[in-house]
Amino acid sequence: MEIINFDNLKYFFILVLYVLAIIGPLLIAVAFLTYLERKVIALVQYRKGPNVVGFFGLLQPFADGVKLFSKETIIPASSSKLIFVLAPMISFSLSLIAWSVIPVSENIVLSNINVGILYLFAVSSLSIYGIIMAGWASNSKYAFLGALRSAAQMVSYEVSIGFVIVTVLLCVGSLNLSNIVLAQKNCWFVLPLFPMFVVFVISALAETNRAPFDLPEDESALVAGYFTEYSSMLFAMFFLGEYSAMILMSSLGTILFLGGWLAPFDNEIFNAIPGFIWFFLKVGVLLFIFLWVRATLPRFRYDQLMRLGWKVFLPLSLLWVVLTATFLIFFDLLPNFES
Amino acid sequence: MKKVYLILKSLFLIDIVRGLYLTFLRMFSSSVTINYPYEKGKISPRFRGEHALRRYPNGEERCIACKLCEAICPALAITIDAEEREDGSRRTTQYDIDMTKCIYCGLCQEACPVDAIVQGPNYEFATETHEELIYNKQKLLDNGDRWEEALHKNINSDIEYR
Repeated sequence: MEIINFDNLKYFFILVLYVLAIIGPLLIAVAFLTYLERKVIALVQYRKGPNVVGFFGLLQPFADGVKLFSKETIIPASSSKLIFVLAPMISFSLSLIAWSVIPVSENIVLSNINVGILYLFAVSSLSIYGIIMAGWASNSKYAFLGALRSAAQMVSYEVSIGFVIVTVLLCVGSLNLSNIVLAQKNCWFVLPLFPMFVVFVISALAETNRAPFDLPEDESALVAGYFTEYSSMLFAMFFLGEYSAMILMSSLGTILFLGGWLAPFDNEIFNAIPGFIWFFLKVGVLLFIFLWVRATLPRFRYDQLMRLGWKVFLPLSLLWVVLTATFLIFFDLLPNFES
Repeated sequence: MKKVYLILKSLFLIDIVRGLYLTFLRMFSSSVTINYPYEKGKISPRFRGEHALRRYPNGEERCIACKLCEAICPALAITIDAEEREDGSRRTTQYDIDMTKCIYCGLCQEACPVDAIVQGPNYEFATETHEELIYNKQKLLDNGDRWEEALHKNINSDIEYR
């Protein structure tokens, strides 16, 4: 029996095309996210931001990319080289594989698996490994401290994100991401579960190591945190990984709370606009919140960060899980999704 | 009671929402950035930039080699040698300013009795070598010729405050 026959090859190529169709636009989105971030922060600070390369500086991210790729990759002599090179690849590819389950529109999803949200949660937890490996393999105190902080921070906030997801799941009754979106047909979860949405957004900031929780790359104390020793391509991979993790978290928030690809009102005009446009608009709004918060708030102190995670968010989200469950059982509203 | 108030205030993120509101409003105000090489900031007529040695309208150089500027210069950046010229007037044979020593304090132009050495409005005279920044008399006189219009205007606009 031959394994390489025409059908297998065809299947393989179609799969590759699907993957490219996700990764390509995603990387372009990441590039423009870095541009948008600089622009938003500049506007808040009465500056102009990048405006020289291309029209309105729109080609700036590509100029930056070319610069990064053409630089020398420096591998510190005292680092453990294999892990040092492997770490950015892990954190980059992990932030990409999560996209396989994200439903961009009703029919546009690579693999509509029934445990989608669990898969997302698992993958986003795994991305700590890239960071820890980077910090450990660099053999530098700044990188090491940054990695430790990052690990502790991501573990702490994953707990409250977990409870947020549990709350949503209680209201949906399914782990399938498409079903979660469809359950919001009448009312987006952001309205009844608003406190959980706030907890989710703040935890997402901490989860992706963004300001005001960017302690792992605290430049005033740790130079650059876990990627202090990285340069050129390897650094670019961490950078892309961080920003695509941001987009991933925003789309997770969109799916869980903002009704995914659904139009805000169920009427003719809004439904005429294709679902993925609504999806990207909502993701854009959440991304804007990421940048807006970065432009507004100063960095937290480390003990404040831990206190917020364990002493405020954990009890709050736990309380809300209990409240939601009680409410649903009391009024006999527990969903039961047969699929 | 006050503690409860504070707890509620932080629970509902009042201060953070206020801060976010402020930065959101700021996004719509115009930026203060000047697009530098194409667009330049306004400078005062008293601006103390690159030095220049001026001439009288008839082309005679103003400097009479009194060496007051050399004496007052706190950075010892000015070096002057003088001799009697054929027509009997006292003139400099050497007038050097080390622009890398100069602190741009403006004391030389204050000291000058004939408004010969002045600091003009030019601040874009960066060079690639140190030697180019050690100005001699010819360079300073050339500067004076090049910037005379602006120098004249600046000195005139400032004259009533002297």
